[in-house]
Amino acid sequence: MSWLLLSPMLIPFLGASVAFLAWNRPRFGQVVGVVSAVLLLITSVALLLDVHANGIRVVQAANWEAPFGISFVADHLSAIMVVLTAIIGLATIVYSLFDINRERTYYGYYPLLLTLLFGVNGAFLTGDLFNLYVWFEVLLLASFVLMSLGGTRPQLDGTLKYVFINLLASALLLVAIGLTYGMTGTLNMADLAVKLPLVENSGLVTAVATMFLIAFGIKAGIFPLFAWLPASYHTPPVAVSAIFAGLLTKVGVYTLIRAFTLLFTQDVGYTHQLLLWAAGLTMLTGVLGAAAQFEIRRILSWHIISQIGYMIMGLALYTPLALVGAVFYITHHIIVKANLFFVGGIIKRLTGSFELEETGGLYKASPLLAVLFLIPAFSLAGFPPLSGFWPKYILFRAGLEVESYLIVAVALITGILTTFSMTKIWAQAFWKGTPEGAARPVRGSRFRELRALYLPVMFLAGITIVIGVYAQPFLELAQASAAELLDSRAYVESVLGEGAYDPVLALTGSELGVAP
Amino acid sequence: MEWILAIVSGFIFACTLYLMLSRNLLRFVFGLSLLTNAGNLVIFTAGRVTRAAPPLIEEGATTAAATTANPLPQALILTAIVIGFGLLVFSIVLAYRNFEEMNTMDPDSIRVAEPLDETDKDAGDVRIEGAEVRT
Repeated sequence: MSWLLLSPMLIPFLGASVAFLAWNRPRFGQVVGVVSAVLLLITSVALLLDVHANGIRVVQAANWEAPFGISFVADHLSAIMVVLTAIIGLATIVYSLFDINRERTYYGYYPLLLTLLFGVNGAFLTGDLFNLYVWFEVLLLASFVLMSLGGTRPQLDGTLKYVFINLLASALLLVAIGLTYGMTGTLNMADLAVKLPLVENSGLVTAVATMFLIAFGIKAGIFPLFAWLPASYHTPPVAVSAIFAGLLTKVGVYTLIRAFTLLFTQDVGYTHQLLLWAAGLTMLTGVLGAAAQFEIRRILSWHIISQIGYMIMGLALYTPLALVGAVFYITHHIIVKANLFFVGGIIKRLTGSFELEETGGLYKASPLLAVLFLIPAFSLAGFPPLSGFWPKYILFRAGLEVESYLIVAVALITGILTTFSMTKIWAQAFWKGTPEGAARPVRGSRFRELRALYLPVMFLAGITIVIGVYAQPFLELAQASAAELLDSRAYVESVLGEGAYDPVLALTGSELGVAP
Repeated sequence: MEWILAIVSGFIFACTLYLMLSRNLLRFVFGLSLLTNAGNLVIFTAGRVTRAAPPLIEEGATTAAATTANPLPQALILTAIVIGFGLLVFSIVLAYRNFEEMNTMDPDSIRVAEPLDETDKDAGDVRIEGAEVRT
């Protein structure tokens, strides 16, 4: 059973090791990449089914009992994130087969991509705060190299800003972890969930919580800590942009959700109010930034920020329904955002440019691509029956239920402006005729030639439609995660054993005197 | 002891911030190397500074005889030092490559990825076109 939980880390790690050893045979690296991604998808779906059937799964590394060793925990949220990682990983690797040139492949593109997946999955599955820091570094180092691989001037510029702000965030995270250890004497997250409420100096706990908020906030790209994202995400090749856009900021969002549901719920009035303000401002600045851009990848990069706002809104409202919305939103967003970048890459292949001014005539030349763009674009804007409609609907409803009218208004405005940005790309790249001075004339869809690019797009568009039309199972998974997030008891007791959560229950007085 | 270490790490943080606010990339990198050290010092202090025996257990015994020092913060710091060193090396190389390409150490004047006007953008396009080799 423990192998199933560890396999989302082991498979990409083994794949990366093998591919690194055979670095001088690019073709072999591609094969290893595809095989590992397929295996990863199979095992992570199996893990999700297992978690859904049997509840939270725990593995204690090297059989050191918690809280002394490192625990790996898969609850619903972790398992969902691991499955999404596998889906995006597979799509990206297939897309890369055509999109990544020989030079980059030669310098270890596929092993690095697998290392990135290794780090991301580790961050999702670990139950130890310091271990989380280590996973962050694994995924960051892989992402640094992926972003700069190829060494074009925009890439170097973007990487510079991306690396330095992320290193600052990592250092801040390290200090916050150190202070947490100083207060409680433990780094196991389940143990922290029991011990943090018992710390007498509650002011210090809130201060450390704010440090975590800033450190994870930089990685998630929330207001006002997002400036690195639009400066860097459009610079690497499309395949790299897509996997970064889909996954990396969502690791930050995941850790924010984990930290502010499991660990820091002592002063919800302060921390979650702060999050709510950040959420509203993130949505607005992101979508307004996108409105000012006329380059496809830069529009999409700005939209990542505005969409992060919705997820943080769900966390900040901190009601069962809002958390369901947040988890559902992450599920939908990862698929759709990566897909839009993939479509952007095909637009570049067909028209020769990412600039909206220089593109055009795609609707006439390639109705297939037009449909494939409309699905994720309208899903992002939240049109029913596509996947974006449900989480937005749930979040609005959650906001109205707790009478946070302002945040709902902001979210609605953001939705409308998102539609504006998507129709801007539609009108410019697809609807209008081929402009004067276009880089090259558009000649059809070139499906046979570009099939490695089209297949991932179709795969992800299919998932978008399935989530939209057949939302019930996804909603159930999101509900199960939200229930686990709001009641830490199951999480704590699966890691530490029966009765471990009782000190907190005694403190809150909800279940006084119940013997384990 | 702890208060001295607390003041020292606070001072290093202040130096770090000062260096990082500089408009010279090299100073920023120096600040970065100081920053991880300040963080390590915080972990060390947070683990409580005690005068105690090393955490070694005599042969044949199952528990340590005397009160021992806390080994965990040292293990954490060791990990953090290794990671910090790797990141530092990467950022030095990155800063150097940027200097080679852009001929400046002032990050504010590097606008290739986010051009303010057309000339900035064209400067960045030169190498992309050359590097585009497909399999």
